[in-house]
Amino acid sequence: MSITYLEAIREAQAKLLRDDERVFIYGEDVGGTFGGAFKATKGLAKEFPGRVLNTPISEDAMVGAAIGAAIQGMRPIVEMQFADFSSTALNQILNNAGTHYWRTNVPVPITVRLPCGGTKGSGPFHSQSMESIYAHYPGLIVMTPATVEDAYTMLIEAVTIDDPVVYCEHKYLYYHLKADKLPTEEGLPTGQARILREGRDLTIVAYSAMVHEALAVADELIGEGFEIEVVDLRAVKPLDTETVLASVARTGRLLCVGESFPWGGATAEVISRVTSEGFHFLDAAPQRINAKDTPIPYHPNLWAAHRPNAKMIAEKTRELLRE
Amino acid sequence: MLQTAPRRKKSTASKAAPHERFLEAFRWMLLARTLEEKLVSLYRGGLITGGVYVGRGQEAVSVACGLFLQKGDIFAPLIRDQAGRSAFGEPLVDVTRTYLGSRQGPMRGRDGNIHRGRPRDNQLAMISHLGAMVSVTVGALLAKRFHGEKNFVGLSCIGEGGMQTGSFHEGMNLAAVEQVPLVVVATNNHYAYSTPNDREFACHDLVDRAIGYGFEGYTVDGTDLTNCLEVIGSAVKRARAGRPPQLVVASTLRLSGHGEHDDASYVTDEMKRQPFARDCLKAAEQTIVDLNLVDAETLRDWREEAAAQVDQAISTAQKEAAPEADEEDWCAISTRALGDKIE
Ligand SMILES: Cc1ncc(C[n+]2csc(CCOP(=O)(O)OP(=O)(O)O)c2C)c(N)n1
Ligand SMILES: [Mg+2]
Repeated sequence: MSITYLEAIREAQAKLLRDDERVFIYGEDVGGTFGGAFKATKGLAKEFPGRVLNTPISEDAMVGAAIGAAIQGMRPIVEMQFADFSSTALNQILNNAGTHYWRTNVPVPITVRLPCGGTKGSGPFHSQSMESIYAHYPGLIVMTPATVEDAYTMLIEAVTIDDPVVYCEHKYLYYHLKADKLPTEEGLPTGQARILREGRDLTIVAYSAMVHEALAVADELIGEGFEIEVVDLRAVKPLDTETVLASVARTGRLLCVGESFPWGGATAEVISRVTSEGFHFLDAAPQRINAKDTPIPYHPNLWAAHRPNAKMIAEKTRELLRE
Repeated sequence: MLQTAPRRKKSTASKAAPHERFLEAFRWMLLARTLEEKLVSLYRGGLITGGVYVGRGQEAVSVACGLFLQKGDIFAPLIRDQAGRSAFGEPLVDVTRTYLGSRQGPMRGRDGNIHRGRPRDNQLAMISHLGAMVSVTVGALLAKRFHGEKNFVGLSCIGEGGMQTGSFHEGMNLAAVEQVPLVVVATNNHYAYSTPNDREFACHDLVDRAIGYGFEGYTVDGTDLTNCLEVIGSAVKRARAGRPPQLVVASTLRLSGHGEHDDASYVTDEMKRQPFARDCLKAAEQTIVDLNLVDAETLRDWREEAAAQVDQAISTAQKEAAPEADEEDWCAISTRALGDKIE
């Protein structure tokens, strides 16, 4: 038997609904017999009557309602149909959920699930990765699971955490990533990055789908005699600077890869922290790769060039190794 | 412990004899007006940082919003709802602490003026972004339904300006879809900051929107306390009884600037002559005199009592220390272990 990243997300929600009566799921098309645009809630409405609820196309109100319910003791999970549409809920997420604990001392335990990232043919409005925007604002935790196991344990953790969590799930990984079984133990806690591959020559820091591109590069470069260390951030906020610094201390070289737009963002944040706190570890100027600074193109030929991939990462890695 | 207000009888407001309820409402209005006038003078004297936003001219609508709510009900007041907040049970000292920047109170110097609340006591803390609190109120009511509670309502306030946001629209629609026991009280005070109605909306009457949302809609003369108590009280009762969500649209004039920094020079003389420009507090007092509900001495006592309560709340807050940056807990989440360690 094997389980996909998407099934892990569904199973995590089923477990949450089963174990915690405060949990309900709120979103467009999540209920009924449909189970969501990506089927992440398939069958849950039937199994948990009245707790998996379709909403109008009202991202702002969906999150607003989740905030109100959370203040009153519930643990809502809001599914955005695509991460891109969470832009119309930014106000509720950033200004309401993100400020509430600081202002009133009352935490807001909501989880907002964002189906993120590129799949070919999806175009400018169904492909975005928005973790950097959410991480920029105070008051939110931003998870970016890259493995089936993390998708499962981190979603359970997200709902358990008393603060608002933006849970970025990658659409490409939904079907492409499989594990043998669901984890039976708790995962690594949020806030701890994981070294997925050890190496002594260069550190690639990545998160979400880019972790797998980085692993492919690490595999490829073994043949060229290089050992690449791959760090999976798991969450971009809080950012596990310590693990990254320790890795760079060993390798002396840093490449950071993210799928969102290049201006600022998670990769820039990692590099900024490493240069200020670990400048003396560096044998070469740290580098980063992001998507291009244009909207995300529709056509597969253009799309493939817009988004970082193993080929680009490998080239950049070789360049950096030569420095 | 500071007694917020005169003989609180909130839970019996809907049962009280009409004139008793009227008098109770009047006293909350008087307290709000007294407090806000004092806050304005502190602001003018440079003792309040930021802004002061008052509900002058809107106390009748506001008090009716707070007065019929009971323990367990949800209240989402906005900018001009001092009277309603007090009637709902907000301690006066919460107001003065927030305005005067005490390290104590619900906001602890982290937020100011009308951006305050006690969500644990069902007083939602508004964010500035207008329209955003309607769906939050809906969600709070959904939670109560999930918990199996009965007999509760929520009341969310808005201005006619805030009614034009997308957020408001989404919240109204969601309330009707969810059929939660919500009352939305919209006060058309004829301005959104400096913008008059003709640049805010083009429909014949804002209450007509009720039918489009699946709400029941009512209008009320916001200058007339009796009418406010009747219409808003009935709307609360209907929502509690399981009728569809209720929209009440009140008509008033904002008898102040948008905030105290604003001289409101754009409010025309013609506007000030309109029937909706009548001062609801003066009108209520006139009713008391005309119907001889209480004598002049009692009115004077009430006024003095209000002033004394306000003075006490102010002096309490003024004696308290301000927040200090080096003692502040600069962590925006409650799960401290997950705070991002950034220099
Ligand atoms: C979404 C949003 N845009 C702009 C503002 C700035 N603003 C604060 S109050 C206000 C006017 C509000 O008018 P109205 O809703 O009629 O309430 P009133 O002040 O008349 O009571 C404006 C424009 C805001 N708070 N929220
Ligand atoms: Mg107005």
